[in-house]
Amino acid sequence: MTAVTLDDRLGRSWQKPHLIANPALRWGLFIGALVYVVLAVGSIDINWSRVAEGLSRGWAFVTAFFNPDFVSRGGDIFDGIVESVIITITSTVVGIAISVPIGLGAARNIAPLPVYLVCRGIVALSRALNEIIVAILLVAIFGFGPLAGFLTLSFATIGFMSKLLAEDIEEMSKVQAEAIRATGSSWLQWINYGVQPQVMPRLIGLSMYRLDINFRESAVLGLVGAGGIGATLNTAFDRYEFDTAAAILLIIIVTVMALEYLSGIIRAKVQ
Amino acid sequence: MLQLKKLTKTYRTGDKALQDVTLSIPKGQVLALIGPSGAGKSTLIRCINRLVEPTSGSVILDDTDVTALGSGALRKMRRKMGMIFQEYALVERLTVMENVLSGRLGYVGFWRSFLRKYPQSDVDEAFRLLDRVGLLAMADKRADELSGGQRQRVGIARALIQNPRLLLVDEPTASLDPKTSRQIMRLICELCAERDLAAVINIHDVALAQMFVERIVGLKAGELAFDGKPTEMSDDVLTTIYGEEDWHATIRNVDDEDTDAEELVQ
Amino acid sequence: MPVSTHVNGAKIWQLRNRNQTLSRWAGYLAAVAIFMWCWQRISEATTWFFVWDAPRIAADIGSRAWPPRWSYMDKLWGPLWDTLNMATLSTVLALFMAVPVAFLAARNTTPSALFVRPVALFIIVATRSINSLIWALLLVAIIGPGVFAGLMAIAFRSIGFCAKLLYEAIEEIDEKQVEAITATGASRWQVVAYGIVPQIMPAFAGISVFRWDINIRESTVLGLVGAGGIGLQLQSSLNTLAWPQVTLILIVILLAVIVGEWVSAKVRGAIM
Repeated sequence: MTAVTLDDRLGRSWQKPHLIANPALRWGLFIGALVYVVLAVGSIDINWSRVAEGLSRGWAFVTAFFNPDFVSRGGDIFDGIVESVIITITSTVVGIAISVPIGLGAARNIAPLPVYLVCRGIVALSRALNEIIVAILLVAIFGFGPLAGFLTLSFATIGFMSKLLAEDIEEMSKVQAEAIRATGSSWLQWINYGVQPQVMPRLIGLSMYRLDINFRESAVLGLVGAGGIGATLNTAFDRYEFDTAAAILLIIIVTVMALEYLSGIIRAKVQ
Repeated sequence: MLQLKKLTKTYRTGDKALQDVTLSIPKGQVLALIGPSGAGKSTLIRCINRLVEPTSGSVILDDTDVTALGSGALRKMRRKMGMIFQEYALVERLTVMENVLSGRLGYVGFWRSFLRKYPQSDVDEAFRLLDRVGLLAMADKRADELSGGQRQRVGIARALIQNPRLLLVDEPTASLDPKTSRQIMRLICELCAERDLAAVINIHDVALAQMFVERIVGLKAGELAFDGKPTEMSDDVLTTIYGEEDWHATIRNVDDEDTDAEELVQ
Repeated sequence: MPVSTHVNGAKIWQLRNRNQTLSRWAGYLAAVAIFMWCWQRISEATTWFFVWDAPRIAADIGSRAWPPRWSYMDKLWGPLWDTLNMATLSTVLALFMAVPVAFLAARNTTPSALFVRPVALFIIVATRSINSLIWALLLVAIIGPGVFAGLMAIAFRSIGFCAKLLYEAIEEIDEKQVEAITATGASRWQVVAYGIVPQIMPAFAGISVFRWDINIRESTVLGLVGAGGIGLQLQSSLNTLAWPQVTLILIVILLAVIVGEWVSAKVRGAIM
C-alpha cells in the first residue's frame, strides 16, 4: 500500500466504503434479491375484492375487542381455559422432569460420548418437529382429547429445556465442580453440590419461561383436536362470533402478561 | 469569550453539583478544571452546552445567553462548541471519516447526512484535519479498529470540524497511558493556539494540567476553590481542593518526569 | 443455618430451621396435589381404551405410511415456494412494523414514557401472545383463505418478537455516543441515524435472520387452517388418510426447517 498524501485526497469526492467490496458480487446480490422479491410478490395472488369485502369484517373484529362477549359461551370458554391450564401445568412439570436427565446427558463435559449422542438426538428431533404436527400425529394415535396435547407439549418442552440446560452446564465454572470432585464425592453428590447450585437459578427462570410458552401453545392445540381453548376459539371464528373470539384472545393475552410478570418476579428472586 | 454567571445545578436527587459558579474565560485562553471526583467538573462542562440543564444562573458565549435558547437555536449554538470526551465517545461502528464528518451534522440537512453526501468543502476539511492529527491513512477504517490515542485524535478532529469558538474537553486522557496522554494534551493545546480557541479542559491529573495550560481552576464540592496560574499551585492549594496529603512529592516528580519524557520524544 | 441442641446435649446442624422446613414441605405437598388433580382431569377426559390400543394403531399407521410416495413431490414444489415466500416476505413486513414500535417502547427513545410506551408495550405483548395459527385463523375469516392471509398472520405474530428484542437492544446502547452526536448540534433524527442506528445494526440483522428461521417453521403448518403453503397439502392428505403422502410432506418440512436453521446459523455466525 502506498502512503496516501493529503493532496491525493483534497478536492476528490468521498464515499462511505461499501459493505461488500467486490462490485460484481454486490450488484449480483442486490439484483438477485430484487428479482426474488418481484417473483415472490408476483406469485401471491391477492383477491382484492375479497379483501375489501373482508375489511368490514375486520373492523367488526376490532370493535369486538372493545366489546368482548364473555357470557354467551361462558361455559365453553371456562372449560376450555381450565383444560388449557391443566395441559400447561402437567406438560411443564413432566417435560422438565424428563429434560433434567436428558439435559445432563446432552452436556459434553459431564456425559460419556454414547449418552451424549443419544440425548442430543432426542433434543434435535424434538426441536425440528413443529408442535402442531406432533399433535396431529398423537391425536391420530391416541384419539382426541387433552392427553394428546399433554404429550405434545411435554415432548416440545424436553427439546427446549434439555438444550438450554445442557448449554448452561457446558458453560459452568469448572473450578467449583472440580473442588467438589476433589473432596472425594460420588457422581450424584458431585452433580448435587458442584453442578446443581450453578445451573439452578437459570433452570428456574427457564421453567417459568417455558410455562408461558406452553400456555400459549396449548391455545392452538385444540385446532387439531388435542384439547384446550383452541377448539372453542376455532368454533367462534367459524361462526364469525368475533365478540366471543375477542373475549378468548383477551383472556389469553392477560394470562400471558400475568405469567410474564410473575416469572419476572421469580427470576429476580432466584438470581 | 465565555462567561458563567452564578451557575447552579441541583440534581433531582437533591445533590448539589454546582453552586454559584462565576467564571470568565477570554478568547483563546486554555483553562484546566481540576478537582476530586464528584466535584462537579463534568456537570460544569455539560451545563455550558446544556447536555445537562442548569438549575439557575446563565452561560453567555459572545453576548448570547445559551441558557435562554430554544431547542433550534440551542442546536445552532452547540455547533459553536466542540466537545471532546473521556473514552472518546466515537460511534464505534462507523468509519473514521464518518465520525469526523459527524461534526458537521449541525450544518447539513437530514437526508444529506443520512446518504453521506457532505459538501465537498466539508470533505476536504475533514481530510485536512485527519492529516493534521496524523490519521489520514486511517480514514476508511472503522473506529473500533483504532487504538485509544488514535480514537481520541478522531474525537479531536470531530470537535474541530465544527469550526467551534470554544472547546469543551472532558477528561481527555483518563483512559490513555502517560505518554499518549501528553501527546493528546499537547495536540489539543497546539490546535487551540493555532485557531485562537478558548478551551475548558476537565482533568484529574494535576501535573499534566500544570504542564500545558495557562490557567487552572479548582472545583471543590461544586464551588470554586482556586483560580490562578499553574505556577501559583502549591501544596496548600491542593490541600484545600483535595484534602490533606503529602503533595510535595507529586509536584516535584512531575517536573522530573517531564524532562524525561521530552528526552524520550526527541 | 440454625443449630439446635438435642436432648442429650449434642448439637445438631440443620440447613433450615423448623418453620422453614415445615412451609417447604407444605409447598411440596400443595404442588403434588395440584399436579395429581390436573392429571385426574386429563385422565377423565381420555378414552383409555384408545390409549391401550395406541401401539397397534401406531404400528398400523407406520406400516401404511411407508414407503413415502415420492412421485407426489411434483405437486409439492409450488406449495414449497409459497411457504418460503410467506416466511421471507412476512419477516420483511414485520421488521418494517417492528422498528417504529421498538423505538416507541425503548425507555431512552420513547417520546412519552407515560402514554406512548405502554401502548407500544401492549402491542408487543398482544402480538406475541397470540400464536400465528390463531392469527391465521382470524385473517382467513377476515380476508379469505390463501397465501396472503398466512403472510399477514406470520407478520403480525413476528412484530412483538422482533420489537421486543430490538427495544432491548436499543436500551442497551452506549449513551456516550449519543451524547457526543447531540453535542455537535445534530437534530433529533440525525442523532438517531448517527448515534443509535449504527449501534443496533448487528442486533437488527441477527434478529431478522433468527425470526426468518422461526417463520419458516411456522409457515409450514399455516396451511392447516387454510392459509396457504405446504400445510394445505398436509391437511388434504390427512383428510383423505393418504399416509404415504403425509410421510413425504413431513420429510420435506423437516428438510426445509433444517436448511432454514443452517442458513440462519451461518448468516448469524458471519454477522457476529
